[in-house]
Amino acid sequence: MSGHVSLKSVYYSIFGALMALTAITVFAAFVNLGNLNFPVAMAIATIKATLVVLFFMHVKYSSHLTKLVVATSLFFLVILLSETFMDYATRGLGPNLPLPLLH
Amino acid sequence: MSEAVAHAHVHADAKGHDVHHPRLQHHFETMAQQKEASTLGMWVFLLTEVLFFGGLFFAYMVYRVWYFDAFAEASRTLDITLGALNTAVLIGSSLTMALGVRAAQTSQRSATVFWLILTILLGCVFLGVKVVEYADKFEHHHVPGPNFVWASEHEAAPAGEGAAAAGAEHAAPSNGAELQGLTQIYFSLYFTMTGLHALHMIVGVVLMSVIAWMAYKGRFDAHYYTPVEMAGLYWHFVDLVWIYLFPLLYLVERHN
Repeated sequence: MSGHVSLKSVYYSIFGALMALTAITVFAAFVNLGNLNFPVAMAIATIKATLVVLFFMHVKYSSHLTKLVVATSLFFLVILLSETFMDYATRGLGPNLPLPLLH
Repeated sequence: MSEAVAHAHVHADAKGHDVHHPRLQHHFETMAQQKEASTLGMWVFLLTEVLFFGGLFFAYMVYRVWYFDAFAEASRTLDITLGALNTAVLIGSSLTMALGVRAAQTSQRSATVFWLILTILLGCVFLGVKVVEYADKFEHHHVPGPNFVWASEHEAAPAGEGAAAAGAEHAAPSNGAELQGLTQIYFSLYFTMTGLHALHMIVGVVLMSVIAWMAYKGRFDAHYYTPVEMAGLYWHFVDLVWIYLFPLLYLVERHN
């Protein structure tokens, strides 16, 4: 009934990992990785977000129902981003449509 | 028959305590069921928050792709030290929050209050740093609107930073009038996203104050700490948003 009680050491470890990843992302930003700078920054942020969700927000120990809702939020976020992106990426492809605000 | 089983469950849970925990509302069978309902509701709320911020992140991405150079240049005017400091403060506050929930789970009343107050203080430090950053933006006329002025990097950037970058690869600066418009798009998104995030922080600080008060009054124990945990979920979510905002707004293009 009381739910899962994590060890304090788990929280301190996650905190340490999050701080280290923050340092890495700042460091990586100052290194010229060409086109990879953005994907690297987002990958690090996503690792950090995953740690927070799984351990600080206890999703690792949550019910299947809670996990399903978390997955659903990501699913709809992907729909929101990908379908709107398809709109912006394909504007101007039609016969009579004005070009987007590219310069 | 299932009702009888569920009822037996209530009794089995009690283990010498009151058969019905005083916080068990009459429409729930067990404390576990009650907590599960709250958790589900909280996560559905957070789902709407994900999509709420998701729309803003998308707007940011579109303009960033279109006007990357202006975004990179505008982003370099942000203080990376303050941004990184705030990231650390917020991650620290998530740690104290998690420890606060843990203290509530283990019926440690004064520890719960202690960690929650520390969380509130770290939240206030974050907001204080944000005030310093916003004040700097006002001072430099980097707030979108009639008073917005975009000076080229050479004049605007603090000594040292950005000066090197301005030379080599950015040898072909767009004309000033164009940057005046495009950097305003960046700062509009900057203020909208960090502003909404700060608003969530303010709500979080108020929420934590109420929860800390309830904890002080001894409302929670190992069988009932749902409000602490739900407030914690909210707090961690606000931390999550910042985890993405920091690289997106501060680290657009920092290398030479």
